[in-house]
Amino acid sequence: MEMTAGNVQQADLNGALPVTEDGVPIKMRANQVTVHYGEKQALFGVDLNVRKSNVTALIGPSGCGKSTFLRCLNRMNDTIDICRVGGEIVLDNEDIYDPKIDVVELRARVGMVFQKPNPFPKSIFENVAYGPRIHGLAQSKSDLEEIVATSLQKAGLFEEVKDRLDEPGTGLSGGQQQRLCIARAIAVSPEVILMDEPCSALDPIATAKVEELIDELRENYTIVIVTHSMQQAARVSQRTAFFHLGYLVEEGKTNDIFTNPKDQRTQDYITGRFG
Amino acid sequence: MFWTYFFILIAVFVLATFYGRSRSLQVVNGQLSALHSRPGYHGGFLAIVTVVPALIALIVWVIVAPNIMNNIVSSQSADFMSGLSKPAVEAFLRDARALAFGGIVGFVDAGKEHAAEIYKSLNTTSNILMGVIMALLVAGGFFYGVRTIQPQMRARHFVERSVMALLILCSAVAIFTTIGIVLSLIFESLRFFQQVPILDFVFGTHWSPQSAFIGAGAEATGTNSEVFGAIPLLVGTMLITFIAILVAAPVGLLSAIYLSDYAAQPVRAVAKPMLEILAGIPTVVYGFFAALAVAPFIRGWGESFGLTVSSESALAAGVVMGIMIIPFVSSLSDDVINAVPQSLRDGSAGLGATKSETIRRVVLPAALPGIVSALILAISRAIGETMIVVMAAGLAANMTINPLEAVTTVTVQIVTLLVGDQEFDSAKTLAAFALGLLLFCITLALNVFALRVVKKYREQYD
Ligand SMILES: Nc1ncnc2c1ncn2[C@@H]1O[C@H](COP(=O)(O)OP(=O)(O)OP(=O)(O)O)[C@@H](O)[C@H]1O
Ligand SMILES: [Mg+2]
Repeated sequence: MEMTAGNVQQADLNGALPVTEDGVPIKMRANQVTVHYGEKQALFGVDLNVRKSNVTALIGPSGCGKSTFLRCLNRMNDTIDICRVGGEIVLDNEDIYDPKIDVVELRARVGMVFQKPNPFPKSIFENVAYGPRIHGLAQSKSDLEEIVATSLQKAGLFEEVKDRLDEPGTGLSGGQQQRLCIARAIAVSPEVILMDEPCSALDPIATAKVEELIDELRENYTIVIVTHSMQQAARVSQRTAFFHLGYLVEEGKTNDIFTNPKDQRTQDYITGRFG
Repeated sequence: MFWTYFFILIAVFVLATFYGRSRSLQVVNGQLSALHSRPGYHGGFLAIVTVVPALIALIVWVIVAPNIMNNIVSSQSADFMSGLSKPAVEAFLRDARALAFGGIVGFVDAGKEHAAEIYKSLNTTSNILMGVIMALLVAGGFFYGVRTIQPQMRARHFVERSVMALLILCSAVAIFTTIGIVLSLIFESLRFFQQVPILDFVFGTHWSPQSAFIGAGAEATGTNSEVFGAIPLLVGTMLITFIAILVAAPVGLLSAIYLSDYAAQPVRAVAKPMLEILAGIPTVVYGFFAALAVAPFIRGWGESFGLTVSSESALAAGVVMGIMIIPFVSSLSDDVINAVPQSLRDGSAGLGATKSETIRRVVLPAALPGIVSALILAISRAIGETMIVVMAAGLAANMTINPLEAVTTVTVQIVTLLVGDQEFDSAKTLAAFALGLLLFCITLALNVFALRVVKKYREQYD
């Protein structure tokens, strides 16, 4: 099966992953990334290391390019006609903007969860089974059921929906829908999960559940999350990157960024002076 | 005279508007803020109270005056008209009117000249009377209006309500016309069903109304109800509609997908209006395209395979009709496909689906109810279409599902039943109403069904 082959290859490469100065393997590396929307430049020379099995939070005022950067990491920007990406983004030693790279395969390895829960108007089961089906991950029906069940379990949704897998996913509550979308992303066994403000449409209780889930997922997946909530960044992430006007201002341990920022702009933002 | 009065009223309307506006300013010495309503509303108020009563009187006069005059003339020239039959009385009055007001006169005699004199004098009286009445109404309305213009006067409410009354009047006209048409369809059909049992009509399999009459000459009174079976027409209609959908559904749907998801903006900007132009071509043009180009082509092509193809075939009509309804399918489907939220497309792409997988597995299923209703609307359009089938499908009521044979449809038969010299209350003519009712029921049912599907679809995304 194609995925096991992928896993073997990944294991081979794992050994060769570059590491940071404190010894953590680097899963994705952005090198002088620039983005233009038509004439307008949205990102200016961003350098960022995404550490394996860490949660990296991207924070910054509205319009500073957080979503733009996140979408570069699985080439979702390709769907926008006027968007041009420069620089280099490396996933496991491969440049993902290399013409040899198949975006379909890339997006299976780097999954995405969106700001607004966007379950397909299909049953809960079909929502989760969607990815495995298009990538041919399941040999048989029972395989598929297995994948769906484990993904829902990992997303912490299984207990709530196990009796109504054939009901429409759009009938769930907002928080459940978002966890369904996370389950859907997990079902294709990605290595990296990108989340763009995954809790901004949710109430505090649903948010707490998703945050708890993110923390659990960290063990097996590398996560990059965009958030507007400083508390959320502090709660779920190990690393934080602060963007401002298209520049990556500062990146470091979450604790350091919040207690002891090096840059004045970061200081101003986290103390609420602008944003 | 009507038009003279009418244009005078319009002129009065304009003048009253201006006067009311300046009058309201005058009342408050140019202090706008003291007015409850803006000066424009006062102008409208004055114009409406001045003109509308007179206008209503004028319309009533135009409708009833000729009748009153006829009655007076008839009673005053009773000597000349005694012993005339009803049509002869009408002819007499018609000639008298023509003598009085100009027109074509059959022949002239003393009685008619006498009546014409009466007409002339009556007409003068009536015009003067009307002028006086209208002048009084205008003057009364005007003075009432001018007196009523005060700072606190709620002219805006009055004008808004008048506008609403006008809107209600117009929609009432539209609604009552529709109801009237449907009722007349129903009543005429009921008359038909008195002569031909409804079951014979709806389930009968033989259609040849030309041979509807039993007996010959003066004895041709009985009606043979066996020849009014609508089934062959329904089968013909279905066959042609089916062929049309077979053409229009794939072409329309695929072009909608191309336009909404693949085409670059400039292409879309040109291609979409182009497709919609197809909808603007008169159907009679499609008709001769079908009869003169497509039908002979199909026949030649069929004969080269050794098939017998009649020169008017269901296939030709169906194919051309399919081309005609492509824009309905593509434009409506394009709208529903565009209405599928981008977030669903992103969600699918984010899982590694290709564009075509996304469209097949997410976009189309989500848009399906809308697409179905687009198809149903296109079908009901095709069922009601006449010109193409008249010209290309033939008149023979063959009960067949062979697309190479000539068939006929409900609409075509309505046309042939009503074209030519007909007695209005013969079963043959009344059959047209029954067919119309049948057609109306079918398209109504389809439309209701389509609307329900659309409604269900709307509830899917909030
Ligand atoms: N599709 C697009 N077309 C043109 N310009 C865009 C597009 N998407 C984003 N931009 C521009 O790029 C800049 C960065 O936008 P981006 O969405 O990345 O900001 P953000 O940091 O995610 O903001 P927010 O916190 O409000 O989501 C903005 O100035 C925005 O106007
Ligand atoms: Mg954003």
